[in-house]
Amino acid sequence: MTIARVRAWLLAEAPASRAQARLSRTYLGFAALARNPLTVVGLVIVTALVLVAALAPWLATHSPYDQDLDRRLRPPDDAHRFGTDQLGRDILSRVVYGARVTLAIVVLVAVIVGPIGLAVGTVAGYFGGWVDAVLMRVTDTFMAFPRLILALAFVAVLGPGIVNATLAIAITAWPPYARIARAETLTERGSDFIAAIRLQGASPLRVLCGHIVPLCVSSLIVRITLDMAGVILVAAGLGFLGLGARPPQPEWGAMVSEGRQFLLDQWWIATIPGAAIFLVSLGFNLLGDGLRDVLDPKAR
Amino acid sequence: MTQRPLLTVDDLWVRFPGRNGPVEAVRGIGFEVGREKVGIVGESGSGKTLTGRAILRLVPRPGQVTARRLEFDGIDLLGISERGIRRIRGRRISMVMQDPKFSLNPVMPVGKQIAEAYRAHFPASEREARERALDMLAAVRIRDPRRVYDLHPHEVSGGMGQRVMIAMMLIPEPDLLIADEPTSALDVTVQLKVLAILDDLVTQRGMGLILISHDLPLVASFCDRLLIMYGGRILETCRAAELQAARHPYTRGLLESLPRIDRPVRELATLERDPAWRDAPPG
Amino acid sequence: MNVATPAGTGRGSSLGLFVFRIGRLAVTVALTFLGLLFVTFVIGRVIPIDPALAILGDRALPHVYERVRHELGLDLPLYHQFWIYLVKAVRGDLGSSVLTGRPVIDDIRQFFPATVELATFATVLGVALGVPMGVWAAAARGRWLDHLVRVLALIGYSVPVFWLGLVGLLVFYARLDLVAGPGRLDVAYEYVVEPWSGLVLLDSLLAGELGVFRNALAHVVLPGAILGYLSLAYIARMTRSFMLAELGQEYVVAARVKGLSEARVIWRHALGNVMVPLVTVIALSYAYLLEGAVLTETVFAWPGLGLYITQSLFNADMTAVLGGTLVVGVAFVGLNLLSDVLYTFFDPRAR
Repeated sequence: MTIARVRAWLLAEAPASRAQARLSRTYLGFAALARNPLTVVGLVIVTALVLVAALAPWLATHSPYDQDLDRRLRPPDDAHRFGTDQLGRDILSRVVYGARVTLAIVVLVAVIVGPIGLAVGTVAGYFGGWVDAVLMRVTDTFMAFPRLILALAFVAVLGPGIVNATLAIAITAWPPYARIARAETLTERGSDFIAAIRLQGASPLRVLCGHIVPLCVSSLIVRITLDMAGVILVAAGLGFLGLGARPPQPEWGAMVSEGRQFLLDQWWIATIPGAAIFLVSLGFNLLGDGLRDVLDPKAR
Repeated sequence: MTQRPLLTVDDLWVRFPGRNGPVEAVRGIGFEVGREKVGIVGESGSGKTLTGRAILRLVPRPGQVTARRLEFDGIDLLGISERGIRRIRGRRISMVMQDPKFSLNPVMPVGKQIAEAYRAHFPASEREARERALDMLAAVRIRDPRRVYDLHPHEVSGGMGQRVMIAMMLIPEPDLLIADEPTSALDVTVQLKVLAILDDLVTQRGMGLILISHDLPLVASFCDRLLIMYGGRILETCRAAELQAARHPYTRGLLESLPRIDRPVRELATLERDPAWRDAPPG
Repeated sequence: MNVATPAGTGRGSSLGLFVFRIGRLAVTVALTFLGLLFVTFVIGRVIPIDPALAILGDRALPHVYERVRHELGLDLPLYHQFWIYLVKAVRGDLGSSVLTGRPVIDDIRQFFPATVELATFATVLGVALGVPMGVWAAAARGRWLDHLVRVLALIGYSVPVFWLGLVGLLVFYARLDLVAGPGRLDVAYEYVVEPWSGLVLLDSLLAGELGVFRNALAHVVLPGAILGYLSLAYIARMTRSFMLAELGQEYVVAARVKGLSEARVIWRHALGNVMVPLVTVIALSYAYLLEGAVLTETVFAWPGLGLYITQSLFNADMTAVLGGTLVVGVAFVGLNLLSDVLYTFFDPRAR
């Protein structure tokens, strides 16, 4: 089968099977994504992050923990592409390993807030009444704090560390998803097809899991991707304040903070990790924007 | 028509870029309008609304308008500058749109919107424009012009809103009015009243009128001539009085599918669309 | 002629409706405040630090310890403690700082105006530049100006604010010497002007001390511009989005039909409708800046609430941290509330 034939099959006006229709939609979705060069850039950056994190041991030229006080505060040169920091550690390697930390935080937060937000939102929207009222009060309360501040307070309680910081961010990040899921559920709840399934005797759990949740998933994915950029910035902010990774772990925000006192003469120590944060955040934003344009064009 | 026609359209095309090639919404139509009432009848998607917008060069991007001739009073509407077409809009050709809920600015009092239409083309002080607007409100038979002047669009009923729209579009005294489904958003009882007002004003001022609608009997009773549009083409033109003698199968189909109180039938005829009509020679 | 007004049939009912809505809003706000207090209370009780020990140190004698615990109300049941906490908070008593011994509310009163000054400066900048940029981008949709604005906005909400602050200091202060360094005022000017509003820019102008004013301005310009950029990015993006939606509406076509100039169509008609949701966006962006302020204040040693919270955090002064968090939360809720009220105020359909 030639490429042209496959493509024609995917683009057929009248698909012959459900599988074909689904594949066709996926293909069209990707094609739409690819049409926007900025989205492609975003996808490239995010993929690069994953690859760098996965291949860190091979990409890093030194160990991120090796101190060499004879070679401290060196500017970028051949041995140390990004220079060395105040303890003689190679910044390139630290940035590369820092990608793991960043990726871990992003994935963990997404994995936690997605299901929580989905669960809270769909239950609130579907059952309504006092369940809805109570759940929404809780959601609103959490949304009443700016994320960083609340995360700060939680980290103050839980103590510094990457896991605690991740938890703190996750606790503050889930409310918007609950609201989105609830809004979607409210829209779908009165649909005829939901009434039809219920008439067939589906239990609330089945209606929720089997039908309503899948509908909410796509808008949630878009929103989560868009928010990942914000999560990265909050995590970096916490790291900058010293509330994230504990030294000597290589976390980008903490690295910026460490480089602060050397800013005037050894600017690379603070600037390069910060640029990494910027780049990754940008990538997620571009990807999220592109996803939104494809999955929800009305919201442009 | 003894005088030169107001508007001449020849080979008008409106195209939109699409996934599988351009979408042709209006395909090479041509017609003339003088100081008379011409009705353009068609179903959704026939291209009738875009025809009206094309005349005023208001087809939304990325649509493209081409024509061999698109002339108003000797002026080439496609060729003139942006400033030129702005001087024509409102002052020489105007348009009444379908739903006053959407076609009036929600946050501005209606009277001000009418006054603005006046000041756009005539140098006048605010007070003068207000007086003119009040006069115009009276002309469209609004009982309490002073009170209505300060109302916002959501505070007036549909019929009144549409009369405001008419006042707003006729205050600069254009020669040609395009009425795009002017009564489709109104209750039946109000429709006739609004149309009567429109009729009066158009006749009084000796204007030309293009009435765009999907409602065949309405257009037939109101206009002098009819253009039947389908698939971006004009399938038939005839004088309103001679409508019953129409020959094109689409027109006949439309006529026969209308219920008539004086001629009840057991089953209404349904319109059979022949794809060949889309390829009819451009009308 | 019967004129049916959808908004109601008379003045009496619209007043009643208004009161009802205010009442409903008040209840929602009260509940949210309650929730805020509950969260901070719970956080405060969950911490592994014993407040009594924090005050006394761990060498205290048992009976002194018991007395302090009693004074702090720690031997009461939890719900009773919450009630006391609630009552005190409403009265403005947020406890005393473990570090300084001063009432937290006094500390906050001292530090808050600095944050307000910074956030206000940034918001003014954000609105003055962001709104026009959003309008131009929408009007020039798809062309280079649109892309430029979108890219600038994109950078604005992707960039880590603390990094931008450091880079800004490096470039504009260290290398180019265009602005003053960290801090709010140079030491020489610090006590020259009597604080009246707490906003140094305002106070120095009122007192006629132009030297102080210029110095304050030199200090606020960089952090203010950086936060302003964040604000601008958000506002420009929302403005563009709202404008695009409005420019597709029928009344815009009608305005063009009337023969109005494009400028009038955009700035008088479309923007007039955009102002309604935009005002709420602006209030929200102010709230959003409170977050950015925490990090900016740290970088620029700006003595505001954000710095206070983070310093208290490092000194394990939990009372201060929670007091500060509560105040920020209240400000946040207040701004959200303001944005709701403003929406109702500006939209004639909602009146």
